[in-house]
Amino acid sequence: MVDFITGHYAYWFTLSLLCVGLYGIIFKQNLVKKVIGLAIFQVSVVLFFVSIASKWDATVTVIDKNIPVEQVESYLNPLPHTLMLTAIVVGVATLGVAFTLLIAIYNRYGTLDEQELLEKIQ
Amino acid sequence: MIETHLPAIIALTFVLFALLIPLFGLWKEQLCQPLAVLGSGLATAFSLLAFINYLQSGSIRYLFGGWEPPIGIEFVYDGLSGFILLVINSVAFLALIYAKKPGQMEFQGKELAYYALAMLMMLGFNGMVLTGDLFNLYVFLEISSLSSYALISIGNKPAPFAAFRYLIIGTAGGTLYLLGVGFLYTNTGTLNIIDMSAMLPMLVDNSSVVTALILMVVGIGVKAAVFPMHGWLPDSYTYASTPSSTLIAPIGTKVAAYILFRIMLYLFGIELTDAVFPLSYIVGVFACIGIIYGSVMAIAQTEMKRMLAYSSVSQIGYIIMGLSLANPFGFAGALLHVLNHAVMKACLFMIAGNLRYKEGHSNISLFNESYRIKYPWTMASFSVAAISMVGLPPLAGFFSKWYLVLGTIDNSNWIFLAVIIVSSLLNAVYFFRILEKVYMKNPDAEQQPDKAAEIKYDDVSPSMMSPMAIMAVGLIVIGFANAAIVSFLLGIFPM
Amino acid sequence: MDLSIVPLLAILVSLAAVPLILFSSEKPNVREAWTIIAGLIKFSLVLTLLPEAIQGNSVELHLFDIAPGLPFALNADPFGVYFAVIASGLWIFTSFYSIGYMRGAGEKKQTRYFASFAVCLSATIGIAFSANLLTFIVFYEMLTLATYPLVIHNEKREAINAGRKYLAFTLTAGLLLVAASAIIYHYTGTIEFTPGGVFGDIELPRNTMLVVFILFLAAVGVKAGIMPLHGWLPAAMAAPTPVSALLHAVAVVKSGVFAVTRMVGFIFGTDVMAAYGLNDILIVMAGSTIILASLIAFAQDNLKRRLAYSTVGHLSYIVLGVALLTPLGMTGGIMHIAAHATMKITLFFCAGAIYVNLHRTEISNLNGIAKVMPWTMGAFAVGSMGLAGIPPINGFFSKWYLILGSLEGDMIIPVIVLIVSGLLNVGYFFPILYRAYFKKGEGLESYGEASPFMVVPIMITATLSVLFGLFPNLFFNFFDLAVLVSESLFSGGTP
Repeated sequence: MVDFITGHYAYWFTLSLLCVGLYGIIFKQNLVKKVIGLAIFQVSVVLFFVSIASKWDATVTVIDKNIPVEQVESYLNPLPHTLMLTAIVVGVATLGVAFTLLIAIYNRYGTLDEQELLEKIQ
Repeated sequence: MIETHLPAIIALTFVLFALLIPLFGLWKEQLCQPLAVLGSGLATAFSLLAFINYLQSGSIRYLFGGWEPPIGIEFVYDGLSGFILLVINSVAFLALIYAKKPGQMEFQGKELAYYALAMLMMLGFNGMVLTGDLFNLYVFLEISSLSSYALISIGNKPAPFAAFRYLIIGTAGGTLYLLGVGFLYTNTGTLNIIDMSAMLPMLVDNSSVVTALILMVVGIGVKAAVFPMHGWLPDSYTYASTPSSTLIAPIGTKVAAYILFRIMLYLFGIELTDAVFPLSYIVGVFACIGIIYGSVMAIAQTEMKRMLAYSSVSQIGYIIMGLSLANPFGFAGALLHVLNHAVMKACLFMIAGNLRYKEGHSNISLFNESYRIKYPWTMASFSVAAISMVGLPPLAGFFSKWYLVLGTIDNSNWIFLAVIIVSSLLNAVYFFRILEKVYMKNPDAEQQPDKAAEIKYDDVSPSMMSPMAIMAVGLIVIGFANAAIVSFLLGIFPM
Repeated sequence: MDLSIVPLLAILVSLAAVPLILFSSEKPNVREAWTIIAGLIKFSLVLTLLPEAIQGNSVELHLFDIAPGLPFALNADPFGVYFAVIASGLWIFTSFYSIGYMRGAGEKKQTRYFASFAVCLSATIGIAFSANLLTFIVFYEMLTLATYPLVIHNEKREAINAGRKYLAFTLTAGLLLVAASAIIYHYTGTIEFTPGGVFGDIELPRNTMLVVFILFLAAVGVKAGIMPLHGWLPAAMAAPTPVSALLHAVAVVKSGVFAVTRMVGFIFGTDVMAAYGLNDILIVMAGSTIILASLIAFAQDNLKRRLAYSTVGHLSYIVLGVALLTPLGMTGGIMHIAAHATMKITLFFCAGAIYVNLHRTEISNLNGIAKVMPWTMGAFAVGSMGLAGIPPINGFFSKWYLILGSLEGDMIIPVIVLIVSGLLNVGYFFPILYRAYFKKGEGLESYGEASPFMVVPIMITATLSVLFGLFPNLFFNFFDLAVLVSESLFSGGTP
């Protein structure tokens, strides 16, 4: 049982970040905080991918002159890292769009609180 | 020669025009919309070419850069993706033709941004349909989603807020999908759909694979507006501008439904999907709840666009229910409904747009008998689309329901059958209500002094009328020609 | 001469008249001329099919596959031709009568009226000539849609509510028919109308068969006015009288009983009906409808409503005859389709003439009108006596066969029901005649007989009722056709 927790601490951490992010998205009234929650949510998935790429005693996925490329166990799995570069970019773009929308909302309604906005729209 | 490259060409057309439109638009603003029409028209032509090629020579697996899978990314053009591609590109073409005048009225000065984003969004959708790689799908999913958030926000006052809520829920869904992909990658070591589908049967008991399946279904289900994750749809479709609604409503949720088809029927296959617990049945149940919920909510609406939005939730339920049946008739019925609903909804949103353009509103309680004289063609198209939505033969809508009914009977699923029947009646209520208002004098209104002289023909201009009329006629044609379409669909059933 | 195109032409003739009617809306005489011409052409076309039908042959026309394996096909078999002759023949009289009525009452929206009428007749002939359930459903729904504008004709609140009720009943019926057809298709692989039924050797568990039968019965029972599905019929009396006359005495309700007969004889088959005891359900429902409807008719003061309930009762005569499952009973039921049509149309025509001429609708107001409108009331007397079963009018003839058929099947109760109902018929018709002939009227001084456009058709249909009673095979060989159809359903062979 203890082993179940300590052996998978990376996944537990990812899961807790996921929950923090979801909490922010669902329960926070301020729209900026929702965006922060979303960002944390996305980061947790990035973290998950990076963690599954790890290996014991392996080095980063940049070619080292001293270690031959065929010696696969000395290099981390590069594929998840490349995927996550894309995902991080997607996340940044999403944040950009989100903030643009927030600016537009603020200009039109003067508030960024979800409750007030719902009342103003009705 | 060109045929083998067509999958890439279709997507690249949109990239090209997404770059050309800002370029030319900065020089001359009026060029934006014609360029968008040209781009989507070319893409439609290429889709048609590719489809004809498919009927003659079979599927194409297009390897980008010549890299073999599982290392390289590929586009897979098979029967299912070819069909969906043709549907979404043709509807987009007509929607962009339509967008000219409403666009000038509703977002004057922002046309450049609008049409460039529309091209990017179509790129995203086309990529989602064509790709054979799971992560590539996520990338195109986000491309289309971000463009659609922006397109929706170009509208009236509450539009950015609706777009923001859509952004939050949609990105959460996409991220859940990505997590599911991560689980699958951990277990199989590949991201290629065809490759993975060969490996998954060996992993049927693995709990992380099952979790991945659920994550992916929920994540894509958000984009497909499957109940209970449909919450973003009514506000987004209502507050978006008319051209946006016409473009996004018929296409967006269909592409997500297509992804669900791929995941549940092709990637996992139906035995695997149901191996641990009856996921397809659960999805079907939610779809049925969505059907009834959407229909009931639609009846309660007074604003036409909102009514159409809830109606979309209901209609997507039909498609997902057909998917969940996992038999040939259900499959054919669901895909035929993808085609039918795309055409019907595009036509209906165009009609709502026409009314907004002419009257300034699309509030049903203010519809009156003068519409019959002022907008005869618009209301005639509405009658055709409404009759098709209710499902009366020989229009297109009847046949997708007929095949769904046959599918539910094949599975002895009497509750789903009852849901289809009840919801068709509910559809009749909210559509015929509008027909009553428009074609008949309100019997409770006081006798107005005869204002017949003021009311005369005032229907919309050709650029707005022809796409709508083409779609209405299309419904009749699809109805009569559906035997050919359905034979094709039955033939590509993956089992 | 190749007759196979004739069924299609017969259907299309009145559809072709519709645009002509719509475009002549400014010139009433031209517009009415189109209706009359279309009616005469249609009737002649149907008559050319008669010689083949009398010999027991069918004229088939396979149009195209409307769904894989399911053709959109026409089959002018003896039963179809029988119904088509009645419907198209009576349309001609109704058209002349309509001219007199609409102009006499100064009705608005006459163009919509005549155009809808033309579409209705197309649909009715289509129903008569349908070769399979799917084609039948297409025309059935077309009939529903085309009759709606006629029901809500005067656009008052009462009419619109009646229209909603009508749609609710008939659309539900249509959907149930779709479900029932799909189930039959699932179990037997065919939905062609075949004398002797489509089940062949296939055996189903009793419960399944019962459920399918109840679904079918609910679907066709609405249009056939079987209680408790008759609710729309009295409400639909809000329509103008020619509509009530043709549609609710001939086209719509006769399509319903036509469908019941097709269901009993051509889908289920008399053997299957007997084997599973399904006809007992029909006998009970028909018998109770006959008695209840006749009793309710007593309580009605509005003339048209009394006639409506009388119609409900007499439709169940036909259902009863069919449900007896004996050759004589079947013949009697089929003969009553023609008999009731001619008699009821006479009565409705009279009611309309009284309304247009004297503006009276309630029976208590009809004192002494026979002095003012002798021809009209004479025809009314003929029609009502015929419905009560008094010889030599054709109502007696069909009733006689119904009684014989019930005795042939060793059933006494139907005989009792028929006799009691005959007495009740006398009971609710006789007071009308008594008032009209023997009581003194008020306020009738300045009135004369109604317009010849109305009186001449009334006299002709009344005379026909008498002639057909004396010579059942006169002109159209109705009796031979009925016997032919009935025999074919029991021997299980062609036609």
